[in-house]
Amino acid sequence: MAAATATLPGRNQTINARIQQKDSRVMNTHFKRFLTASLTAAALVGSMAACGTGGGNSKDGANGELTLWTHNAGNPDELASIQSVVDAYNQSQSKVKVKVQAFPQDSYNDSVVAAASANKLPCIVDIDGPNVPNWAWSKYLTPLKLSADLSQNLPSTLGKWNGQTYSFGYYDVALAMLARASDLKAAGIRVATVDKPWTKDEFESALAALKRLGKWDNPLDLGTSGTGEWLPYAYSPFLQSFGGDLINRKDFQSADGALNGDKAVEWANWFHGLIAKGYAAQKSGKDSTADFLNNKSAIVYTGSWAADKARTALGDDLVVMPSVDLGNGPKIGGGSWQWGVTTGCKNPDAAMDYLSFSLKPENIAKVAKATGTIPATDAAAALVPGYEPTGKNRVFLDFSKKSAVLRPETPAYPFIATEFGKAAQDIISGADPKQVLDKAVKNIDSNIKSNNGYKS
Amino acid sequence: MATTLERTSRRAGARSTSPNPRRLRGIGGWIGRILLGIVFAFPLLFMFVSSLKPDQQIFGDLSSIAAFLPVGNLSFDNYGAVFDRVPAARFLINSIGISAVTVILGVLINSLAAFALSRMRVRGKGIILTLIIATLIVPFETLALPLVWWVNQLPTLELDGFNLSLTTGWLDTYQVQIIPFVANAFSIYLFHQYFDSIPKELDEAARVDGASWFKIYRKIVMPLSGPAIATVSILTFLPAWNSYLWPLMVVQSEELRPVMIGVQYFFQLNVSWGQVMAYSSMITLPVVALFIAFQRSFVNSIASSGVKG
Repeated sequence: MAAATATLPGRNQTINARIQQKDSRVMNTHFKRFLTASLTAAALVGSMAACGTGGGNSKDGANGELTLWTHNAGNPDELASIQSVVDAYNQSQSKVKVKVQAFPQDSYNDSVVAAASANKLPCIVDIDGPNVPNWAWSKYLTPLKLSADLSQNLPSTLGKWNGQTYSFGYYDVALAMLARASDLKAAGIRVATVDKPWTKDEFESALAALKRLGKWDNPLDLGTSGTGEWLPYAYSPFLQSFGGDLINRKDFQSADGALNGDKAVEWANWFHGLIAKGYAAQKSGKDSTADFLNNKSAIVYTGSWAADKARTALGDDLVVMPSVDLGNGPKIGGGSWQWGVTTGCKNPDAAMDYLSFSLKPENIAKVAKATGTIPATDAAAALVPGYEPTGKNRVFLDFSKKSAVLRPETPAYPFIATEFGKAAQDIISGADPKQVLDKAVKNIDSNIKSNNGYKS
Repeated sequence: MATTLERTSRRAGARSTSPNPRRLRGIGGWIGRILLGIVFAFPLLFMFVSSLKPDQQIFGDLSSIAAFLPVGNLSFDNYGAVFDRVPAARFLINSIGISAVTVILGVLINSLAAFALSRMRVRGKGIILTLIIATLIVPFETLALPLVWWVNQLPTLELDGFNLSLTTGWLDTYQVQIIPFVANAFSIYLFHQYFDSIPKELDEAARVDGASWFKIYRKIVMPLSGPAIATVSILTFLPAWNSYLWPLMVVQSEELRPVMIGVQYFFQLNVSWGQVMAYSSMITLPVVALFIAFQRSFVNSIASSGVKG
C-alpha cells in the first residue's frame, strides 16, 4: 500500500478512500463492541451520577430536614426501634422531618471522621460513650440544651466533658460472668451475687475446682481473641478493681503511677497468671458465647447482650454473676451508645427538640426492649419485661448502678484505649508486665503532651 | 528382539523389585498438588458448608472434619436471614455496576494514555512514564483522606425533579466510587509495554495512508492487544469488586453501597456466623464464576503482570 502511494500518488487517494470505506464496513467487530461498551459505560456513569446523589448534605437542617446517623445497619431490631421513635416524632409535629441513615457498627467511626473532614456531618449522630470527650474536643459535637430532664438517667448513660453534657443514651450494657448452676454445684462452688461477689481467692479456688473436674481445657473464657474496644472495656475494670486505672483522673494529664504503679503490675501478674495456670486460653474462640453454650468453657466473661441467648439455650441452669472483687469492689465498664448534636447543624433547636422527645420513657423502653439492654431510667425499666424489680435481667441494672466505672472522660481516651489494648494483649502473651505498662504510660503521656493536654 | 525382551524384563524386574523413581516423582507431584489444592479449597468449602448450618453447629463441628462436610442440620435459613438483614440484592447490583463501568472506562482511558506514550511524539514522555509509574509506590491509604477532600470540591449536576442544578461535592454518589479508580498507573504501564511490542511499521504504514492517530489506535493497536485488555480488565475488576475503605469513607446512603460494606452489617454484639458465611458465599460466587469463565486469561494475567490480583 505504501509502495503504491509512492509510485501512483494520484490514484492513491482513490485506493485509500476505497480501503477506508471497506475498512469501515469490516471494522473489527470486537473493537466495535468495545467502543459501544465504553460509550454505554460513560452514559451509565452519567445516569448513575444523576440519580445517585444521596444525603451528602453539608447544610443539614437548613431545609427542614434533619439527618440522623446511627450505627445500627445490620441490627434490624434496634434500627426498627430507632425508626419508630423517629416516625413518632415526625408525626408529632410538621415543622421538621428527621431522616435515618444507618451504618455498620464496626466502620461507623471511620465514616463519621471522613464526613467530618469533608464538613458533611449530619445534625444528629450516635456515639460510643467513651468517644464523646474526643468528639467534643474535636468540635464535632455541641453541648446539649434539652427540655427533658436528664437527672433520672443512669450516670453511665451520660456523655460529659469539661463540665458540660454532650450526649445521652437510651441504655447501657453490663459485664457479667455466665455459668451453669449444675457445673458450679458439681465443683462445690457457691453462686456469686451482687451483694456477695467472689473475692480474688474465691475466684481462683473456683477456677481450680472447675479445672479439676476435667471437663474443659480452660474453664474460664475471657474473650481473649477480642480486639478493639473490647480490650479496655473488658479488662480495665479488673485493673480498677485492683486499685489501678488507665490514667490519673485528677487532671487526665498523665497515666504515670495509675497504669504502671504497684497495683497495676499486681493486676498484670494476676491477669497473666490466669493464662499461665491454664484457667483461661491465651486465644479464646471467635465467639465466646457460642463456645460456652457448646460446653467448651464453664464460665464466660461477657456482656448483658449475651444473656438472652444463653437463657434460651440453658433455661434455669444459667446463672448470671457479678464480676470479681479484686480488692476495691467489683468493677465493670460503663457507657454505651449515646446521642448528640453536631456543631455544623443548621437547625440545632430542632435537633434538641427531637432528642428531648426521644427521651420519653416509652421511647427508651422501646429501644431497650429491642436491644436487650439496660434501660437508662427507672421509669423506662418499669416498662421493659425482665427489668422490673423481680425480673430476670434486673441483675444487670443492679451491676450497672453498683459497679459501673466510666472509661476516662478525656479526649485522649481513644489513644489510651489503643495503648491499653496492646498492653493487655502483650501481657496475655507473656511479656514482662512492668516493661509493657511503662511503655504504654510513656506513649500515652507523650500523646497527651503533643496535643497540649487536650485542653479545650 | 532380544534387546526389546531385555528391556521388557528389566522393566518388569524393576517393577517387581523397586519402584520406578520417575513414576514415584509423578505420584509425589500429584499428591503435592492435591494437598496444595486442599489448602486453598478448604476455606472456601468451609464457607459454603457453614453457610448451611446453624451457629452452634458451626462451632460444634470446628474440632472435626465435619466442619468441611455438609452434615447435620442443614438449611438455607441463613440465606433467608441475610436478605432480612442486608439489602444484599441492591449491594450486588451496585457492585456489578461499579465494577463493570470502572473496568470499561479503565481499559479505554488507560489504553489511550499508554498509546500516546508509546506511539506519539511527546516531549519528555520517558519522564512522564516514570512519574506515572512512581505513583505506584504511594499506598492508597495515605491518599484516601486528601482524596475525600478533593472529591468534595468537585462540581456535580444534581437532578431534583425536572430541575438540573450545579452543586459542589461528589460524596455519596456512584461516580465517586468509579472515577478516582479509572486512571491507573499499573494499567497504563501494562498497556504501554504491550503496545511497544507491536511493530511500529504497522502504524507507520497507516500514517502514510493518512490514518489518524485515533484510527491507528482503534483499528490496529487495540485489536492486536487482546491479552493486555484481558489482563487490565481482570486487574481492575478485582479491586473494584473488593473495594471497602473508599466506599466506607465517601458513601453515606445505603442505596449506593457496594457488597463489601455489607459484610460489616453482621458484626454486631452477637455475631451470627452462619449469616456471615451465607453473605460471604453470595458475594464470592460472582468472582468464582468469573474465574471459571476466564480461567485462562486470569492465569495469563497473573503470569504476565507478575502480581497476584
